[in-house]
Amino acid sequence: MDVLNLARLQFAVTTVYHFFFVPLTLGLSIIVALMQTLYVRTNREVYKDMTKFWGKLFVINFAMGVVTGIVQEFQFGMNWSEYSRFVGDIFGAPLAIEALLAFFLESTFLGLWIFGWDKLSKRVHLLSIWLVAIASNLSALWILIANSFMQQPVGYEIVNGRAQMTDFFAVVFNPNIWTQFPHVIASGLATAAFFILGISTYHLLRPSQDNAVFQRSFQIAAIVGILGTVGVIMSGHSQMQHLVTSQPMKVAASEALWNTEDPAGLSVLTIGNLQGEEVFSIRIPNLLSLLALDQLQGTVRGLNDLQAEYEQTYGPGDYTPPVFITYWSFRGMVGAGILMLVANIYALLLVMGEQLGDKPKFLRFFIWFIPLPYIANTTGWLMTEFGRFPWIVYGLMKLDEGVSISVSIGMVALSLVGFTLIYAALIAANIYLMVKFARGSGTAVQDEASTAQTAVSLIGD
Amino acid sequence: MDLNIVWFVLIAVLYIGFFLLEGFDFGVGILLPFLGKDDKTRRMMINTIGPHWDGNEVWLLTAGGATFAAFPNWYATMFSAFYIALFLLLLTLIVRGVAFEFRSKDVHPRWRAVWDWSIFVGSLVPPLLLGVAFANMMRGMPIDATMTYTGGFFNLLNPYALVTGLMAVGLCVLHGAIFLSLKTTGALHEASRKAAWRSWPVAVVLVILATIGTYLSTNVVSHLGINPGIEPIAGFVTLLVAGYFIRKKQDAWAFVMTGLTIALTVVTAFMILFPQVMVSSTDPAYSLTIYNAASSPYTLRVMTIVALIFVPIVLGYQIWSFWVFRERITEESVLEY
Ligand code: HDD
Ligand code: HEM
Ligand code: HEM
Repeated sequence: MDVLNLARLQFAVTTVYHFFFVPLTLGLSIIVALMQTLYVRTNREVYKDMTKFWGKLFVINFAMGVVTGIVQEFQFGMNWSEYSRFVGDIFGAPLAIEALLAFFLESTFLGLWIFGWDKLSKRVHLLSIWLVAIASNLSALWILIANSFMQQPVGYEIVNGRAQMTDFFAVVFNPNIWTQFPHVIASGLATAAFFILGISTYHLLRPSQDNAVFQRSFQIAAIVGILGTVGVIMSGHSQMQHLVTSQPMKVAASEALWNTEDPAGLSVLTIGNLQGEEVFSIRIPNLLSLLALDQLQGTVRGLNDLQAEYEQTYGPGDYTPPVFITYWSFRGMVGAGILMLVANIYALLLVMGEQLGDKPKFLRFFIWFIPLPYIANTTGWLMTEFGRFPWIVYGLMKLDEGVSISVSIGMVALSLVGFTLIYAALIAANIYLMVKFARGSGTAVQDEASTAQTAVSLIGD
Repeated sequence: MDLNIVWFVLIAVLYIGFFLLEGFDFGVGILLPFLGKDDKTRRMMINTIGPHWDGNEVWLLTAGGATFAAFPNWYATMFSAFYIALFLLLLTLIVRGVAFEFRSKDVHPRWRAVWDWSIFVGSLVPPLLLGVAFANMMRGMPIDATMTYTGGFFNLLNPYALVTGLMAVGLCVLHGAIFLSLKTTGALHEASRKAAWRSWPVAVVLVILATIGTYLSTNVVSHLGINPGIEPIAGFVTLLVAGYFIRKKQDAWAFVMTGLTIALTVVTAFMILFPQVMVSSTDPAYSLTIYNAASSPYTLRVMTIVALIFVPIVLGYQIWSFWVFRERITEESVLEY
């Protein structure tokens, strides 16, 4: 392993880990805010209990999102300093704006929300959680604007070997953001919905309990979830169509399409060898053309042709992304997405038929569906980022040019091991608490801090 | 004033905000094992900063983001040069942040002890490392013509940097102890006052040592002259006055004084740097300055507009949030968490 690959691995580990918590924050903040809105409007205790129950889980998750985010902010300078010099002019701007616009807002108002139940008026307290929800989703917008520049550079010119911003609004309204942002927001809603569906199901299946909180939660999640899952599929479809022109290589890699086809079939299963030849393939004729271009006929270019074309434009080199990873992560995401759609329709039917009380046979599956959006979120980013290979900024800077010069293998290895270990310990604590609070009853979320009477001193009395 | 100077000042402001606010958070965290004799007291101590610490920490994130946007070369050189230091900073900030949210969510004493110690370490190490980092930027580090750091980790651990790091810790402890006495009542209140009174002479000595170090190790004399001007002197005077107010049991005034000391110390550091941002010990000509490290004028203009709009708004609601939680924490307070 050299510095480059260690730095990539570290980025992958820390970012995937960060994004493990992000979608739940994005979606759950909105749903908790909705629940509290219902409480303020109707004054019914069941909505207050609901807000407190899911709010607790939200805060635990949020803490993990915050601390893993700090690492991201620093990492560009630590591991990717040459990249930072190259794009700082453009890339730094959305990052700074994100902090100024979103992080201050979400952190300050989350503090007000957690500690403000009896210090703020009902309305101002409600406003606090809405501001947290808005700020979280705003932060997603700005970081995705930064990421979009790396996927599709716009609004810049190259001066003295550095990318300089020429048009701020071009950077902000990057064509890539129009499909990426809706996809991520919808994935947040879907993630939170499946989280609530699963945990509510656990409680609904328990014998004799007052389940009003979880029945209502299940209903709300089923409705929000359908917006999320349908949204994610529709926006995913637009992303694919956008990629056909902006990053054709990514499309070819995620379909394992070695040779240009017209009309192109959609791969159900393709196995290739290392030389880039298909060994075995099942394809649905015409479907890829239909998905990518909205018509049955039409050319979708293959890896081999694109490789030749890129060599002509950018000089000799390897421009083919790791097909195995992109292909299978795309299938993981779409597979999860289709399952989620089916499951969510079933949940809606249960809600509309008012069958939740009868504990229908398939209900218990929702507990096992909680990981689905997590799989889709992770594989989605793997596809997005690996499919960009070998570029760190598409068409402008390659990965190996972006890595820090003054940083040694030992240093990156040390930090990689350090982060991995501490993250492993934290996830254990996080899951422990999540499970503990998820199992707690919905009506009496009691405050253990005030009941605890442990008189242990830290350094002796 | 050109925009490069505006951004240099703005980044200084962000660091002032950070040390002023997170300074007392760190102080409270460091004092946790010393003043928090039992679980309830520790919970009360944490509650004094509970609603604020995350918002306070964002000042550092914003300083980082602003450096990236306005002076990308500074961001790139600084963050890769301080690699191991920043790695430790991140590790400790991670465990501290999680600890605030996690510690009270289980009653097991072992569980709480782990997180309480995380808060202590996570409050002690960051100011130390940031002090070390700033001292090195002023003192000069081996940086070559391509703005690349050529030294190792141990270059950073010179006596001057260590003293400056300790000074940062000392000021945080003092600031935090006074904050605690402002925010509490009863036994904890008395103990915090005592802690403030005891840590004050230590802070004074550390500031004197760091000042001597600054004269010996940096180009302060060529930049500011033997008489460094009003700001550094005022910074020291306010620290002395803080001692007077602690003695007189006027917590609020003492807090204002230590706040001024911290702010003026950061101002002094930035005055010594200006117009450089990182001094090269290899050749002064290789130093990073607010001009050769900066973004294009266009980016600076855009970012200035953004900052002018949003910094006042942020200040507004952060101040309001301190107002909402202005009451002292008492034994009877609901320790909601
Ligand atoms: C699509 C959404 C998204 C993506 C791709 C990222 N983040 Fe993130 N980030 C969030 C969405 C988010 C959030 C929802 O706003 C978080 C998660 C939980 C939270 O507390 O806020 C957050 C927290 C968070 C924090 C802590 C903020 C605080 O203290 O309140 C920082 C510094 C970052 N992020 C920085 C980054 C960087 C530099 C990323 C690029 C690699 C990144 N995030 C990817
Ligand atoms: C949070 C969601 C994200 C996830 C899960 C994610 C995932 C990944 C993965 C798996 C890699 C390694 C790919 C490889 O080694 O080829 C990577 C690389 C990288 N990503 Fe992302 N990414 C995310 C968001 C972002 C964002 C928002 C940015 C920029 C703003 C970004 C910038 C980078 C950079 C600089 C690299 C290193 C170069 C590379 O290896 O491709 N990523 N990311
Ligand atoms: C079922 C149909 C789906 C399709 C057709 C689809 C399509 C896509 C495409 C083409 C990308 C790559 C975008 C790029 O490289 O710029 C992507 C990325 C991503 N997908 Fe999906 N997706 C689907 C379902 C899902 C689901 C169910 C989730 C999560 C709940 C999800 C989460 C993500 C995430 C987090 C990314 C990375 C961020 C991004 O680039 O937008 N996707 N998706």
